[in-house]
Amino acid sequence: MKKTNQFKRQIMGVTWFFVALFIVMAGYIVVYALVNEQEMAENTFNDIQIILMEQNTRGTIYASDGEVLAQTKTDANGSESRIYPYENTFAHAVGFATHGRMGIEAIANYYLIQSSISLSERAGNATNGVKNPGDSIHATLRVDLQEIAHTALAGYRGAVIVTEPQTGKILAMVSRPDFAPGQIAAIWSGLLADTESSVLLNRVTQGLYPPGSTFKIMTALQYLRENNLDIESYHFNCRGYFSAFGERINCFAGIAHGNEDFSFSFAKSCNSSFANIGISLDQDQFAITLNELMFGVGQPSPLVYNRSSVELNDETTDAELLQIMIGQGRTLVTPQHLHMITSAIANDGVLAEPYLLEEVRNVNGEIVRSFGNNDTLRLMSISEAESMRQLMAEVVLMGTATRLRNSSYTAAGKTGSAEFGAAKGESHAWFTGFAPVENPQIAVTIIIEGAGTGGDYAVPIAARLFEQYFK
Amino acid sequence: MQAFIVYYTEISRYLIALLITFYAYEAFTVFRITDEGRQGNIFVRQNILMLLIHLSCFVSIFFATGEMRYLFFYIMQVIVLLAAIRLFKLLYPLANRLLINNMCLLLSIGFAVLTRLSYERAMRQFFIATASLVLAMFVPLVIRRVKLLRKIRWIYAAVGITALATVLLFGPLIYGSRRILTIAGVTFQPSEIVKILFVFFVAASFFLSVKFSHIIITTAIAAVHVAILAASRDLGTALIFFVVFVFMVYLATGKWLYLLAGGVCGSVAAITAYHLFGHVQVRVQAFLDPWSVIDAQGYQITQSLFSIANGGLFGLGFYQGRPSGIPIVEADFIFSAIAEELGLIFAVCILLVCLSSFVMFMNIAAILNDRFYQLIAFGFGIMYIFQIFLAVGGGTRFIPMTGLTLPFISYGGSSIFVSTIIFAIVASLYIVRADETQREERGKRKQDNEKN
Repeated sequence: MKKTNQFKRQIMGVTWFFVALFIVMAGYIVVYALVNEQEMAENTFNDIQIILMEQNTRGTIYASDGEVLAQTKTDANGSESRIYPYENTFAHAVGFATHGRMGIEAIANYYLIQSSISLSERAGNATNGVKNPGDSIHATLRVDLQEIAHTALAGYRGAVIVTEPQTGKILAMVSRPDFAPGQIAAIWSGLLADTESSVLLNRVTQGLYPPGSTFKIMTALQYLRENNLDIESYHFNCRGYFSAFGERINCFAGIAHGNEDFSFSFAKSCNSSFANIGISLDQDQFAITLNELMFGVGQPSPLVYNRSSVELNDETTDAELLQIMIGQGRTLVTPQHLHMITSAIANDGVLAEPYLLEEVRNVNGEIVRSFGNNDTLRLMSISEAESMRQLMAEVVLMGTATRLRNSSYTAAGKTGSAEFGAAKGESHAWFTGFAPVENPQIAVTIIIEGAGTGGDYAVPIAARLFEQYFK
Repeated sequence: MQAFIVYYTEISRYLIALLITFYAYEAFTVFRITDEGRQGNIFVRQNILMLLIHLSCFVSIFFATGEMRYLFFYIMQVIVLLAAIRLFKLLYPLANRLLINNMCLLLSIGFAVLTRLSYERAMRQFFIATASLVLAMFVPLVIRRVKLLRKIRWIYAAVGITALATVLLFGPLIYGSRRILTIAGVTFQPSEIVKILFVFFVAASFFLSVKFSHIIITTAIAAVHVAILAASRDLGTALIFFVVFVFMVYLATGKWLYLLAGGVCGSVAAITAYHLFGHVQVRVQAFLDPWSVIDAQGYQITQSLFSIANGGLFGLGFYQGRPSGIPIVEADFIFSAIAEELGLIFAVCILLVCLSSFVMFMNIAAILNDRFYQLIAFGFGIMYIFQIFLAVGGGTRFIPMTGLTLPFISYGGSSIFVSTIIFAIVASLYIVRADETQREERGKRKQDNEKN
């Protein structure tokens, strides 16, 4: 009898073991499926997209003011076509949905192919033999700002991004050269064949450019960090060039800035002074700062992006370091990345992560999902940001961006004229800045490839965007 | 009509989840209730729930296809399921009704899902299941009457090893392994049938003796089974045989050290197999990171994961998904197909029903006084639950894929036949126990009479 009880205990022990194993397995299956549902639904290998597209028409994409940016029309035969009323204007931002996906069409695909309408509406649609209308996306983009930026870049290659630094809302995102998303099928093979102009590249998030003088933002920030925000004691006498380590750094157009303080050096973008500042900085600490500012690492980008890079390590020679400090050399940034740093300066050191999708609504306008309260990332301290804002305000008041000086609002920023290629004199025109200085509402970053100086070519575009925003 | 279909599809998603949840709940409450009348009510309710789930699936099929043949097929299925339940109860009132109910529920779900995937295959499956159920009616007779069963261990081993060796030598190579044999136009999977012989062999052997020398001999013969299966590259089945043997040794000897030794041997064997067989490496890679090889080795498992995730808690609705996207969906990945269309709740309830059957197997093992029968019930229990673990865990990336069928649900004639016979055997062991109780009571009465 004792023996029998032992057998029973054994049997029950084994039973409980398998019961526990199955509970763990079932829990794993359910949690895994629910947690990864959206990510898996977005995978191109997943047939759910085909199922949903058979049932629902693709939803509409709206600008923040309610204008239609992309819409699916069904003709009498039931064949669908995707209409982009603004054609090239929103090419990279809104993107396209066939031949692969891009822009909002890509990141919001999951929502656009779902239909959150009531059961009775679905029943009605089934009776009428029509598909269910997909959910619509309300984007953060503003048509007026987008059009200004798009027009301003006409004839050039370049990129513009406009955001609200306090929220991270992307108000405009333009990349040139562009294309007509509605004609993607017709122009597709041509776009692929054209390797030179890289039309499909969204230059805002993917274009890698030498930062030029805009990089002095990083150098200045590092100086602030190493000198307890004290810039008053800095003085330098600029003779138009600076020599060290067998390297000669020239100021722009060989202008000698004479006796200057830190703020003036930044405002006038004095290469000699910044080379001088650069050699005083701790290289290791600077590498850490750059890492914190997301150089060489990932960025919270809403769209596909490239990583910025700076070659600052143990093998960097002093001569190379001088070039890095003034934004030349092999450093590369994307406009969006530089814009994130500017936005953080404007927003007390905190980057409100940029975003394009505001809300998902069903066809009746009822909110399905809201994307507000996005994540934030602190890039620098409040006081560092405050000091940087003052430096950047001086750029507008007395420096390279005086074209932004006006009576209706205050502005701040940094220009850049990034030399590229072997030929001297050709440069990309940069501007990154925000307004108003006291309470920044809008930030813009502009690059125009090969146009000339930032002050002459990029700053006026910023002025037009600010004017429209504050109108 | 179209509008009605939309309403029906939506409502049936929740209805089916609710029905199966209720069924699964009752499949466990039955263990706590001893009152026979109340138990009987539960069993009848379960049958009704089964019919409702089956019906709601077929309504969806009928809406989607509109073909009359599905209506006839449905009626045939209902007749067979009800006949199986009624006949078992009539012929063997003492047989375990929970096992019969669970078996029929799983069969009915398998029929519905297979019908939805492929009418022809479902037909074939249905006929084999029907034949198996007919044969199963005779199982209790054999178990109760044939006293020879515990004495012919050499016959079990000889037939089993011969069958497996034949497959190894003459079976065709399919998907990298040799599993099937075609005799006189009938293709079947001998390793499935050997499963029954194997458990009988081990049980008979340990019933005879658990002396160390005897265990060694039994282990050697069991090892021959496993080795032939491994050589045929039917590693999933080899693993099942191995695990069943280890657990049966544990129960026979009462020494947990055997479990430990089994675990060590199993790990060594697994590592060896990994280095020896290319397709094991492929499967391990597909398990560890299927996403980087999504268009190659990882395709099957990622499609399976997509299906499960796409369904959500309540599924896309029966006949609303695209389960045919998963290669070999009807056999190895039927669980994922179920999860996609009927939902996670339904899929988990299926697991619970399987678990309930397993617990009943083990309960029967626990109450049997006859060691031979006890070992058989226990061995089949381990075999059953471990196979489900491998099949479901492999298809959901809980463990690496082994490519095994889900008993009663997956497509596969040998699998359905053997699963049915195993359930019938354990259900009749319950009759044996009832016989024992009756004998004991009679004996007691006799003694009492003599005293008086």
